[in-house]
Amino acid sequence: MSAPTYDLGKLHGGLRLPGHKSASTAQPIRTVPIPERLILPITQHVGDPAQPVVGIGERVLKGQLIATSEGSLGAPIHASSSGRIVAIEPWPVSRRHGDNAPCIIIECDGEDRAVKTVESQPLFDQLPPEVLLHQILRGGIVGLGGAVFPTAQKLMQARTCKLDYLILNGVECEPYISCDDVLMREHAVEVAVGAQILMHALQLETCYIAIESDKPEAIHRLAEVMGELDDDRLVLKLVPTIYPSGGENQLVQLLANREVPSGRLPTDVGCLVQNVGTVVAIHDWIINNEPLVSRITTVTGDGVAVPTNVRARIGTPVADIIEFVGGYTDVAEQLIIGGPMTGKSVSDDRVPLVKATNCILVLSASPTTGPELACIRCGDCYSVCPVQLLPQQLFWYACADDEKGLRRYGLTDCIECGCCDLACPCNIPLTANFRRAKGRMQKMASEKTRAERARRRFEARNERLKREQHARSEELGRQKESARTAGPAAIAEILKRKQDKTEAE
Amino acid sequence: MMRQVLYALMPAALAHVWYFGPGFIFNLIVASLFCVAGEALMMRVRNRAAKSALADYSAIVTAALIAFALPSLTPWWVTATGSLFAVVVAKHLYGGLGFNVFNPAMVGYVVILIAFPLHANLWVAPRMGDIDYQFLTILQTLTYTLTGSLPDALSFDAVSRATPLDSMQSGLRNLLTYAELRANPMMGDFGGHGWEWIGNFVALGGFWLLIKKIISWQIPLGVFAGLLIPAGLMYAIDPGTHASPGFHLFSGATILCAFFIATDPVSAATSPKGRFIYGVGTGLLVYAIRRWGSYADGVAFAVLLMNMASPAIDYMTRPHIVGHARRGNE
Repeated sequence: MSAPTYDLGKLHGGLRLPGHKSASTAQPIRTVPIPERLILPITQHVGDPAQPVVGIGERVLKGQLIATSEGSLGAPIHASSSGRIVAIEPWPVSRRHGDNAPCIIIECDGEDRAVKTVESQPLFDQLPPEVLLHQILRGGIVGLGGAVFPTAQKLMQARTCKLDYLILNGVECEPYISCDDVLMREHAVEVAVGAQILMHALQLETCYIAIESDKPEAIHRLAEVMGELDDDRLVLKLVPTIYPSGGENQLVQLLANREVPSGRLPTDVGCLVQNVGTVVAIHDWIINNEPLVSRITTVTGDGVAVPTNVRARIGTPVADIIEFVGGYTDVAEQLIIGGPMTGKSVSDDRVPLVKATNCILVLSASPTTGPELACIRCGDCYSVCPVQLLPQQLFWYACADDEKGLRRYGLTDCIECGCCDLACPCNIPLTANFRRAKGRMQKMASEKTRAERARRRFEARNERLKREQHARSEELGRQKESARTAGPAAIAEILKRKQDKTEAE
Repeated sequence: MMRQVLYALMPAALAHVWYFGPGFIFNLIVASLFCVAGEALMMRVRNRAAKSALADYSAIVTAALIAFALPSLTPWWVTATGSLFAVVVAKHLYGGLGFNVFNPAMVGYVVILIAFPLHANLWVAPRMGDIDYQFLTILQTLTYTLTGSLPDALSFDAVSRATPLDSMQSGLRNLLTYAELRANPMMGDFGGHGWEWIGNFVALGGFWLLIKKIISWQIPLGVFAGLLIPAGLMYAIDPGTHASPGFHLFSGATILCAFFIATDPVSAATSPKGRFIYGVGTGLLVYAIRRWGSYADGVAFAVLLMNMASPAIDYMTRPHIVGHARRGNE
């Protein structure tokens, strides 16, 4: 195993942000006890909602399949503890759009009985890669870095590309969040073995484990484990502590020095990126037959009494988790699910912890920023943008709803990291503007496709009517023609036949 | 941010007052008054809160630059016209801060130059040790600013002198050599006496802005390159009939332009490459006007001409977006 290396590509812009992580990493991971009720939304992943396969009143065991995603883009959902299904109904959730979503609600019986696991199974490196991938599909595993893309489908797509590197993302660049840090400290073995599983499934020879340089304990622990495993396919790579170097495309740029083409995936340039939490989930499923029913979350901010990292069951209400770590403080004002840069503000702490919840952030009131002024074209936003966009120009075109201009300046490439917001001296909410502009552009694009389809159908119909009319008039012409040429003889024929008939009668 | 620009200009302001008398202060007061009044009036007319526009100090910066551009002996109505035109027409009629195409201070100065050619060229001689030039008292300066009339014993000819740039330009065109012109006691070490010290203090403020990252280095470097490289070239080819690059650097508004005027973010180009091209273009035009034009100093016109080119420069120097094909490879 080689020593951690720094040889990196370059990343433009980014910001050095205060970490706020030391409070939550000071103590070990604690496990939240079984709550009274588990609330499991059926959409905890990118793609179509999962279909419930249980009915109200049914008793389920921990790890039992309760919603399936056969035949669509998604991941199955498993019960996080044993109990009884009491409802399948809308409930407040922390999704970005809209507030209530359909959820399966389980009343827990406290016994936490699990489904019986298969007695003996072959070691993962003796399974053919395709079998391994299909098995991952059934574990309900999604990207735990926050993007929640169904992992099995991501891996299957990756298999169709020529891959050079597996990159494990342990960077965790956003302030306050430290769940991946403590995961790497306490479960470094699972991270390394999980990496081996993935390398076998995708037939890869190199794996970069990327960690920010401000996580010395995690680096040390991983280096130890990698030394014990003695697998020189695993390489530890240290990344400077700059937000947002943990973004997928940014990490590919840093570690492989390749730019992911606009609108395409890292697999197109030979890199597969997986969050370390996802890798541990894969390990737990393949080795221990435990589907994804719990995750580590950072509960932090000056609004909680004791910032901690907790392992909580998927579906545990956030209020229960906060109570477990010591409750709110007097200054608690905002509840944010996710980090301070990319998280979502929620007003109801009944929302459940879902597969995407990497942080529960309770903050006191933010200091008020000054009034929003007009853009003075200072260019600070460009100098911090990791994608090298010109946010001031995007802002100009977004205000004008100019779709062509937005496309030309690369609005679709904006990763919504929020660096430009922080850099702007005029307090312009740039990222929010870009999200709205993206939404408008999507709406306009879909309207355009609908209009295009309607136009094509209209033209096709006109074509058809014209053809039919043409055919009819041709037919008519032919009949007239044959009537004219055959005329007198035919009429005589008809008359003779009539005469014969009347004579016969 | 604009406040920092004002702080950076203070050393230069003090030097100006030291060498040319208190007229600068009166001009500054008049310009500030009319710039602020104009801005407040326009914000009212546009149905917006006047306070928020005034709070960013941009009107005062405009006033300061106009004051630097004018001779220290200027009647108040000249300064007022320029200030009002700068703020009302060049800034607010185009949309206010962030939307103006042209640098408001330079528009104001050009209006003065064209509407009041006599007053705009009535420069005073700098304070110089033992040379016997008329130097007005504070009260006499104030009287002139308010009424436009000099004390009885003095005439304009006695009080005013051509600027070093002006005398250099007319001297060279009258076929005097550069060396002869440099022998004049009005000339200092590089530029004109007194003028070059103001230039030094402007540079001090400019470097402070650079260190504080309030301005970026591309525009100043571009202006210096665009001005000094042709100047050096011409001087190397024919030293007798051209002023040296050092003279160009320390005379007139070169340093003020490089650090304070051309760096106005709203009217300049945006991308780093674009800013450098914008700076070089400004420098080239300044040299062209000084060498072949009829005005002694071309900073104002050069800046306005490059303001016109900014959108085109921006369009052509869009930076490479990560993940897009590099232009030229498509």
